[in-house]
Amino acid sequence: MGWFVRRLAQSLVMLWVVVSLVFLSIHFVPGDPAELLLAQDGGSPDPLMVQMLREQLGLDRPLPEQYSHNVMGILRGDLGASMVDGSSVGQEVMRRLPRTLELIAAAGILSLLIGIPAGVLSALRPRGRFSRGAAVVAGTAQSMPVFVLGTLLVVLFAQVLGWLPAGGFVPFSRDPGKHLQLLVLPAATIAIGLSAIVFRITRTSMLDVLPLDFIRTARAKGVPARRVIIRHALRNALMPVITVFALQLGGLLAGTVLVETVFNWPGLSGMLVAGVNARDYPVVTGVLVVVSAFYIGLNLLVDIIYGITDPRVRK
Amino acid sequence: MKQAFQSPSGILLALILAIAFIGPLLPLADPLAMDVAARFGGPSAAHPLGQDEYGRDLLSRLVHALRSAILISGGAAMISAVIGVSVGVVAGYVRGFSEALSMRVMDVILCFPPLLLVMLAATLYGAGPSTLVPVLALVFVPSFTRVAHASVMTVRGQDYVDATRLMGASATRIIFRTILPNIVGPLFVQFSFVVVMSVILESGLSFLGLGVLPPQPSLGMMIGTARSTFAQEPWLLLAPCLSLIVLVLVLNAFCDHLRQLFDPRRESGA
Amino acid sequence: MSRDRENMTVTQSAEHPLLQVQGLTVGFRRGGQWNDVVRDVGFSVSGGETLAIVGESGSGKSVTSMALMQLLPRDNSRISGQALFRGIDLLQLDERQIERIRGDRISMIFQEPMTSLNPVMTIGAQIAESILTHRRIGKAEARAEALAMMDRVRIPSAKSRYDDFPHQFSGGMRQRVMIAAALACQPDLLIADEPTTALDVTIQAQVLDLIKELQAESGMGVIFITHDMGVVAEVSDRTLVMYHGDVIESGTTEQIFRHPAKAYTSALLSAVPRLGSMTGNAVPTPYPVFDIASGKLREPERRPNTLREGPPYLLQVSDLSKRFAIQSKLLKRTIARVHAVEGVSFTLRQGETLSIVGESGCGKSTTGKLITGLHDRDEGRVVLAGRELGAIPAVERAHDIQMIFQDPYASLNPRLRIGEAITEPLRIHGKASATEQREIAASLLTRVGLQPEMAGRYPHEFSGGQRQRICVARALVMKPKVIVADEAVSALDVTMKTQVVNLMMDLQQEMGLGFVFISHDMAVVERISHRIAVMYLGEIVEIGPRAAIFENPRHPYTRRLLGAVPVPDPARRHQRGAAVVTELRSPVRPPDYRRPARRYLEISDDHFVLDSGEDWQ
Repeated sequence: MGWFVRRLAQSLVMLWVVVSLVFLSIHFVPGDPAELLLAQDGGSPDPLMVQMLREQLGLDRPLPEQYSHNVMGILRGDLGASMVDGSSVGQEVMRRLPRTLELIAAAGILSLLIGIPAGVLSALRPRGRFSRGAAVVAGTAQSMPVFVLGTLLVVLFAQVLGWLPAGGFVPFSRDPGKHLQLLVLPAATIAIGLSAIVFRITRTSMLDVLPLDFIRTARAKGVPARRVIIRHALRNALMPVITVFALQLGGLLAGTVLVETVFNWPGLSGMLVAGVNARDYPVVTGVLVVVSAFYIGLNLLVDIIYGITDPRVRK
Repeated sequence: MKQAFQSPSGILLALILAIAFIGPLLPLADPLAMDVAARFGGPSAAHPLGQDEYGRDLLSRLVHALRSAILISGGAAMISAVIGVSVGVVAGYVRGFSEALSMRVMDVILCFPPLLLVMLAATLYGAGPSTLVPVLALVFVPSFTRVAHASVMTVRGQDYVDATRLMGASATRIIFRTILPNIVGPLFVQFSFVVVMSVILESGLSFLGLGVLPPQPSLGMMIGTARSTFAQEPWLLLAPCLSLIVLVLVLNAFCDHLRQLFDPRRESGA
Repeated sequence: MSRDRENMTVTQSAEHPLLQVQGLTVGFRRGGQWNDVVRDVGFSVSGGETLAIVGESGSGKSVTSMALMQLLPRDNSRISGQALFRGIDLLQLDERQIERIRGDRISMIFQEPMTSLNPVMTIGAQIAESILTHRRIGKAEARAEALAMMDRVRIPSAKSRYDDFPHQFSGGMRQRVMIAAALACQPDLLIADEPTTALDVTIQAQVLDLIKELQAESGMGVIFITHDMGVVAEVSDRTLVMYHGDVIESGTTEQIFRHPAKAYTSALLSAVPRLGSMTGNAVPTPYPVFDIASGKLREPERRPNTLREGPPYLLQVSDLSKRFAIQSKLLKRTIARVHAVEGVSFTLRQGETLSIVGESGCGKSTTGKLITGLHDRDEGRVVLAGRELGAIPAVERAHDIQMIFQDPYASLNPRLRIGEAITEPLRIHGKASATEQREIAASLLTRVGLQPEMAGRYPHEFSGGQRQRICVARALVMKPKVIVADEAVSALDVTMKTQVVNLMMDLQQEMGLGFVFISHDMAVVERISHRIAVMYLGEIVEIGPRAAIFENPRHPYTRRLLGAVPVPDPARRHQRGAAVVTELRSPVRPPDYRRPARRYLEISDDHFVLDSGEDWQ
């Protein structure tokens, strides 16, 4: 129990540090932040606009006050307002976040369902045909940047074959069938690369575990092969897989941004890209804070799962 | 070290690096020269791969895009390695407070999804390579630190390090002459891995318009803009896609090759 | 438990052996080529009998047993021959069939207790798994039987420990768990593959006794694989000697020990340290060398004693202490301390070998690191060649004291050629030119019994014994006055062990070196030492001349230690008392612990014993 509390405390501290750093980031710029944000190619911005922006962002107040104001706001769920149209960042994030999560969840589940069994099978016969074939497929899949894969899939399935729509979104409540149809390509795009990673790490992990002494002991006891593989080998091999999977989630968020752009899936990416292009600082930081919080939370979850499955961690 | 390049992937990589570095010296057309009248021109003597929507030479743009991808990724990886390894080695050897602090700092950096961190930097400082390279470097520092730290911890537990201490060697000598040579393996592997990840990140950012800025060519950007013109000239999309895939494939294969070379299971010889 | 097999077991005899192996040949494929690692092996085992298969590393003894149970990887191993178990040829069975036999009729236990159990499964479940695999009974019943097994193998507080995980047990206890799982279905045959090699001597004695007891109760046959001739003499009725995959000799254990027929067996026996072989011999003497060519045992010639009494002393250690703090994870508060070394004092004279002996956790290795300066001491003084250790600059200290480490595979920088490794100290001190370095490396290599041409090779090209010699050469380069050998021969095969020990003793004759020999192997220690210090829980419990310690041990721990050493003489087999089940305690104490004042009693000239009183359990 003590271990769990410690880990939770660690995550909260981390979260606080992240939020603080994000807040402070605007002050790490040379010169005046507001000027920098409004700078367009070439000339200096209008001083009046700069002053308005400073007030809007609260940059004219003392630093500690800004800080507490921001942190309090975040605790209340208020992530500030967009520089461009004044809309609530928090609200917009909440609107879009579930869609991004849906993509990630679908891709994650798919990749585990494909990657783990393939990895186990490959480890059992490392030099067999399945193994070699799977290794080639995985290698190729990993070598395709996700937006390239997405673009090619769109081209193939929508434009050339016309089997699936090219992109867009329809809420599940309105038209479940169409919604799922539109989910297929984006989720598959992410899942392909992720499955390859899961496959490789499962395979490597199983190959590491299978020659270990306790597997030999289990076999010597006459435990049937199937149970040895699942109850003894896989149980131990899954732990690095979980870790790597969690590590990948950070990159997954990035990949999701790209995939959403390719398929016009209205998740966080649209907001984010528009924000960056307009140098809409509150929007970008708002999304960043939410995503980082998610990432920290996910890591905590993974550690908890690890702690439950591996008793050695808990001492 | 030399044997690292003696493999199919190594040779291909060397070829790609050669093209990238001597690219500008080749007798290719100017990648920026527009010729709108000849837009979407097919392959010809002057333009072996055809022309894009602004009439620019496709082949030349590909070569220059390849070059900038490698320079940016290589540069970022290099900076990242120098900082990350230094921190990791010191943390692993000196331990104590410096170790705890370094590891915590790296944990914090790792909380930020790389792409978003770059986007934040782009918001603050504007897009382009001058923002991209430092941020990319920062993003990968923790991975180098971790690998260096873990390797140092493994090596310093070995008796031969104690034996060297007993010989009267100074701490500096031990770090540089005894420990470092024994950790280059994993570091090499990590370096190649980081280069691949940088290439992928950079191309993704350029795809979104946040990486290398037009009119400089970049593979990601070329793919992004060619999406809309697919019907008219599919090759404009397929060529950069293919180039990028080949680049990443070769880098990945090389990375795997290195990993097998430096697999600790092989170190003990027979 | 009623078993309809009871009437069958004990009628086994030599005419109806349990297991009969003929012409067993095992080959492995490496890089496209097949290599036979076991050639034409044959033996038989009957119920109630123990067969020992003995050999050094690479002899093929483990591969033989793994082949019988078909535990070798199928895709790159090939097995031929016949292994008749109760009339069935084990080698012809398919996977399903042999799964039924494994764990039920034939069981196996292995060497490494630390890694042989599934870390994420409770030990109770792992024992019950054996039962549930082979019998159709319910979970509750299996649990009850597993608990009964745990009691039989004397695991204390079995009920409360049933749901504990392997990492919560010590090595000796884990081995008991393995035995419980292996014997849960009352097999006819137990194959024990080096089960006690990784255990401390006193724990080893307990486990060996347990196996013998269980064998006597059930009448099962035992195949005991080991490299330790002392263990062979302890446990086996018949013995099979293997070398590089061939059976060299086989027969009753009496026969093998008294009248070895083959040269290799004689060589093996002559290299075995025998407790008591030095009785009446005042001076440390090298091992006799068995010359395979002439078939004769060459006794060492008498040598003068290297010991020089009186000052100047090489080492004077007084009240040395070192404690490691255990900190709470969050706040870094010290919640306990490991008292690794506590109040250790001794003197090392010129030309003397002082051995520090003890089992895991006694603090002998830490003591070695303290006197060389690798660890900083918490309390006490170390005076090396007349100077305070802390006051000697590292560069000069390298000329005073050097160390040889335990693991030959971790002692040499894998990136340096061995010639460079040996002369590295010269380069650090800038003492010799490149030519001089080469010459020095060549002469040292010759001195330690290797060839000068080997200087250009890398460590991974050498065997363990050769690497240790290279380490000796490296230690000698600085011409130190004291060499600390920290379990320097423990990881070596028996024949190499004696060669390196003889080398060290020759060097001592030549150079008047002082040795601090840290070891857990009492028999080697008996051969090489002038004086011995016995350590337990960080303290010296007894110290004195070698003869005094071996012939007149006073402290209860010393007696327990000496009593646990297996004697390589089958005739003296049952002279050990039944070993009590104990664990090795570890010197962890609460942060405010103050060591009670210690008193040493002087038994005779130079022989001191710690007055433990009731403190001793």
